[in-house]
Amino acid sequence: MKLMKSLMTAAVALGVAAPAMADTTKVGFVYVGTPGDGGWTYEHDEGRKAVEEHFGDKVETTFVENVAEGPDAERVLTQMALSGHDLIFTTSFGYMDQTNAVAAKFPDIKFEHATGYKREHPNVSTYGARFYEGRAVIGTIAGHMTESNKIGYIASFPIPEVIRGINSAYIHAKKVNPDAEMKVIWVFSWFDPAKEADAAAALIEQGVDVIMQHTDSTAPMAKAAETEGVIAFGQASDMAQFAPSPRVSSIIDNWAPYYIERTQAVMDGTWEQVDTWGGIASGMVKIGDITDAIPAEVKAEAMAIEASIADGSYHAFTGPLNKQDGTPWLAEGETAGDGDLLGMNFYVEGIEGDIPS
Amino acid sequence: MDLSAINPAALLASLMVAATPILLAAIGEMVVEKSGVLNLGVEGMMITGAVTGFAVAVETQSPFFGFVAAAAASAVLSLVFGFLTLKLLSNQVATGLALTLFGLGLSALIGQAYAEQRPPSTARLDLGFLSDLPFFGRVLFSHDPIVYLSLALLVAVWAFLKFARLGLVLRAVGENHDAAHALGYKVVRIRMIAIAFGGACAGLGGAHLSLVRVAQWTDGMTAGAGWIALAIVVFASWKAQRVLLGAYLFGGISVLQLNLQVAGIPVPVEYLSMSPYIITILVLVLISRSSTAAPASLGKPFFATS
Repeated sequence: MKLMKSLMTAAVALGVAAPAMADTTKVGFVYVGTPGDGGWTYEHDEGRKAVEEHFGDKVETTFVENVAEGPDAERVLTQMALSGHDLIFTTSFGYMDQTNAVAAKFPDIKFEHATGYKREHPNVSTYGARFYEGRAVIGTIAGHMTESNKIGYIASFPIPEVIRGINSAYIHAKKVNPDAEMKVIWVFSWFDPAKEADAAAALIEQGVDVIMQHTDSTAPMAKAAETEGVIAFGQASDMAQFAPSPRVSSIIDNWAPYYIERTQAVMDGTWEQVDTWGGIASGMVKIGDITDAIPAEVKAEAMAIEASIADGSYHAFTGPLNKQDGTPWLAEGETAGDGDLLGMNFYVEGIEGDIPS
Repeated sequence: MDLSAINPAALLASLMVAATPILLAAIGEMVVEKSGVLNLGVEGMMITGAVTGFAVAVETQSPFFGFVAAAAASAVLSLVFGFLTLKLLSNQVATGLALTLFGLGLSALIGQAYAEQRPPSTARLDLGFLSDLPFFGRVLFSHDPIVYLSLALLVAVWAFLKFARLGLVLRAVGENHDAAHALGYKVVRIRMIAIAFGGACAGLGGAHLSLVRVAQWTDGMTAGAGWIALAIVVFASWKAQRVLLGAYLFGGISVLQLNLQVAGIPVPVEYLSMSPYIITILVLVLISRSSTAAPASLGKPFFATS
């Protein structure tokens, strides 16, 4: 409906006064789920609202929700491009090729693709967040808190971003609890509440008492809430409504500052292709409040890790680390380069199971 | 690999819960299709039921009222479909698809205020000593009432279609509406009732999803369950016992494959992930290969000429 509205305004704008369009900057967002998911898309929509609030009348934002990854995205993007948008954010990994394909056809429109790595045209930027830094913090908490020594991880798709998170969480859980095991479930969906809930139930039935997720809905939280003694972490959004049990902390994606900065750049005509990868230091990744369910010394340790990542004195992937098959990856004291991280397609030593290919 | 970590009782118990929304929606759709109407709006009716059931349960703090309201709301929605297709003779396929889109949008609108709420928990039926039985108590006798209702409904529908005179009339309407009309049966009225029943079942299934299986409201939470139900009805060749088999196979393998992943079975996850779809279709196609009797008037518009 929003799109219909924007199409109509675009038609009016084109017909009446094409040059006057410079007055308002039109920013479009493509969502993989709905803002009501309480997680991933919710936070992108918060970013969109922040843009509207910051610029007021100077900006007009639109969004299209529930856009399937793949060919359908190209249709939606083309429609957006044709309806007078100046800047378009595509907020899911699976829009990568479509974003670049449409960008080639509309060189005057700026495209920003979240969590991707392809920038085939000068009008495509990519941006992402170092969620793995947040995983280091909650992995530490998980290692301390698990009593069964089984940590469950509900994973979406086998892409580097997800694998980094699993590795980072495992490394830091293992560091404080050598007996910790990681149980990974692949659900092959970003958003399927019933399946996510079933996955959480399967993990809990098999003795997992700490649940992490890299999917978009709050369903695993709701499932974990049914069993006493199970804790979980908010994903992408704070999910504070599930505190004090099971939510004990969270990783929050904070897109607003970036969206405002990039919209400003388009307004000023200073927009250039960039490859942004922000983390805890830049505020793009935040750790949600650690509740009182966590003992004070564990909380202090987690916050110390957060602080050391923020000031750059610690890197979440610091050697010695071996790959799953035992081959050395990082030597003592060595840290992983961004190239390694961006293409990560292996588990670190100690995680069982194979990554689907 | 540690298969001993899988608790068969817990697995079978969650199988029944996972299969119930699909089973309910499929029972309803089967009756609708038996009467000769193809309603592709199952997904839309399910999600409307999910949000209505959730909202009413939160407001009244009673899951019972939630389920009743869910059934009623989806039945009303399905009657819109009935009015359009039977009275105004609109195309059933297009109208059904529109119903799904409408339901998804409407539910998102209604659900906005409920995204962060928690529903009252649905009490499990206490069956006394039966619930305390080892193994069987956990698997069969410790569920919420809707699980049993879905099974009772399935038996009732089976018996109704097979033995009741009215069931015979319903089937006649679905097989040849002109002949049924000539015999004096009220084709449109019977189909309306079937459509409303289908809507109510889909609504119950949706509410089971939002009140029991996931126990929260999220936009688009049915995520295709309605389409699975539709497919199961067709592959089960419109037979109640096969619908049950299909729904439980699909729900069961969905849950089983997740458990196998946790246990670390050395089968590539891709195969596990597609297994619910493949196995359900394969089994149903194999057992249905001799009889693919779609109701002869399925999807055809009916216009009483006299």
